[in-house]
Amino acid sequence: MTLDFSTLLPYMDVILVGLVTTLWLTVVTTLVGIALAVVVAYVRDGESAIASRVLGAYVEVIRNTPFIVQLFFLFFGLPALGIPISATVAALLAMVLNLGAYTAEILRAGIDSTARGQHEAARALGLSRLQGFRHVVLVPAFSRVYPSLISQCIIVMLGSAVVSQISVLDLTYAANFIQSRSFRGFEVYLVVTLIYLLLAVGLRLAFEFVGRRLFAFRQGGSS
Amino acid sequence: MALVSVKDLHKSFGDLEVLKGIDLEVEAGEVVAIIGRSGSGKSTLLRCLNQLERHDWGTIHLADQRLDGAAMSPGELSQNVGMVFQSFNLFPHKTVVDNVMLAPVVVKQTPRDEARRIAEQVLDKVGMREKIDAYPAQLSGGQQQRVAIARALAMNPKVLLCDEVTSALDPELVGEVLRVLEDLAREGMTLILVTHEMKFARDVSDRVVFMHQGRIHESGDPQTLFTQPRTPELSQFIASIL
Amino acid sequence: MTDFTLWDIVRNLLLAGRWTVMLSLIAFAGGAVVGLVLTLLRMGGIRPLRLLIRLYVDLFQGTPLLMQLFLAYFGAAVLGFDVSAWTAASVALTLFTSAFLCDIWRGCVEAVPSGQWQASRVLGLNYLQSMRHVILPQALRLAVPPTVGFSVQVIKGTALASVIGFVELTKAGTMLNNAAFAPFTIFALVALGYFILCYPLSRYARYLEKKLYGAGIR
Repeated sequence: MTLDFSTLLPYMDVILVGLVTTLWLTVVTTLVGIALAVVVAYVRDGESAIASRVLGAYVEVIRNTPFIVQLFFLFFGLPALGIPISATVAALLAMVLNLGAYTAEILRAGIDSTARGQHEAARALGLSRLQGFRHVVLVPAFSRVYPSLISQCIIVMLGSAVVSQISVLDLTYAANFIQSRSFRGFEVYLVVTLIYLLLAVGLRLAFEFVGRRLFAFRQGGSS
Repeated sequence: MALVSVKDLHKSFGDLEVLKGIDLEVEAGEVVAIIGRSGSGKSTLLRCLNQLERHDWGTIHLADQRLDGAAMSPGELSQNVGMVFQSFNLFPHKTVVDNVMLAPVVVKQTPRDEARRIAEQVLDKVGMREKIDAYPAQLSGGQQQRVAIARALAMNPKVLLCDEVTSALDPELVGEVLRVLEDLAREGMTLILVTHEMKFARDVSDRVVFMHQGRIHESGDPQTLFTQPRTPELSQFIASIL
Repeated sequence: MTDFTLWDIVRNLLLAGRWTVMLSLIAFAGGAVVGLVLTLLRMGGIRPLRLLIRLYVDLFQGTPLLMQLFLAYFGAAVLGFDVSAWTAASVALTLFTSAFLCDIWRGCVEAVPSGQWQASRVLGLNYLQSMRHVILPQALRLAVPPTVGFSVQVIKGTALASVIGFVELTKAGTMLNNAAFAPFTIFALVALGYFILCYPLSRYARYLEKKLYGAGIR
């Protein structure tokens, strides 16, 4: 067994381009996906039974089918229906829909555990359901489920490796490209896997950093 | 004309009838203490007064305005009737001042600087001004409850409902909260309190209402009520808590 | 281009679906065995071993499954084996599953109150005996719902075996699409196939969880 990493050196720029793509896909997905989840969680617990049913079905379909199939369905299926869609948009859409469904479910658990007194205090102060949701329920709910949320965002980032299959020039696409040129498949994948690992660690640290600031209210002690 | 006027109020939870026809009038500036065993319906009555519970029958008027049913929006209600809870229910993710400012800004659309001024004023009143930027988790129970009172006052309600506001507090913290309520009473705030603090009921309230099995069993001025109860139920109740 | 009837598509997907089921079963069974051994070792006293297993779990949880599949596929070649996509996928998915199950089960073992350990030690049971007679039976009850839940992730994970050329449901879908070009129908059917496999398991996991933690959880 011989490993040779030197053949990878000329391809550093390819890896860098892939890294940037994976990163921005992840960041945009995280922001838009969480926003989507908030809307889904709010409407799902709302008065409209139909909307609640439809969103429930959306969540279940996403959670019970593989991401790669969701991606193929959007990328190959939508143009066949006359809706043109680029690989990048398809990838982003699939990732957002995926994260949105999982996060909505995670968030719902946090919302459900809101103490009854919080709802009553909001009502006694005259807040409407939307105002109560926005000002009273949402932030503490997020803080309770934040660890699960971090894990889910990392899962989506790692899962995004699949978008290489519709030729989005992400980190995995870079690995495949180099593999096809250098024929040092194992070495390339080893290096890129390591980069993913670092990304996962970095993402977790970034999330925890943000969380400490966002949810500072949880710490007691002197002000 | 009484400020609060309750007529023939009925409320059931399933098969259990907790309020069996309540008539109650409270004048402006009056302090009314509602006492009674747990399960006598006193908390439910209080919660009907700001429509946290919808009653099944009867009417509630505030001044000459109908309050119950859908006659008042939640926003209007909160500007007429404030409520303080046993478990404080401060919003954990908001600082003291943000807790107090939330309803004026969101519900009343008060401009932020104006709301801030009001918040400082009511926090001053409850002696919590210096903790303005603290989070609830950083405060003692007594301090949290005082902030909760300020939060209710910030909407400038005509009546303040207090639901066993000292029951969740350590004994040494009860005093500071009662002192705030006493001050409010002296300033002419209309208070309706469900309480277990008999000394407070006797010393501060203008009238004590004893509830028993979903009805107002006896009511009157505190001195007479506590020293000369007319019914055996009230005598027993007084004996059981002393 | 040949004409495909809907039945042709469904029949081919069903045939390929057998391999999805097969791969899922192998990965789950293999992953459970490896995962159990890892869990037991991890709960044991040998510190370097514990750290090593933790690293193993973190590695599999912190990298894409797709990369794990590539590494199994190309790694075997580096080691001088000429493995099929089938073997590579089985190995990668087994290891992937074992890491996640190890993590889930460790949590369940740790959730058993420490007083139980102390009580069984006081009674003179050694580590393995305590584990077998006292801790595991209790941990098992806690472990069933999340384990059933994770089986859904395993089934969905097998879809990635398509990328290294193993013909299961997803790969069959792309191949059929290349021939019949009816992407909307085909991928909807592929998704339906996974949904039929996964949804009952998801529901069952949720039901078990509710049963375990009482009616308090909605």
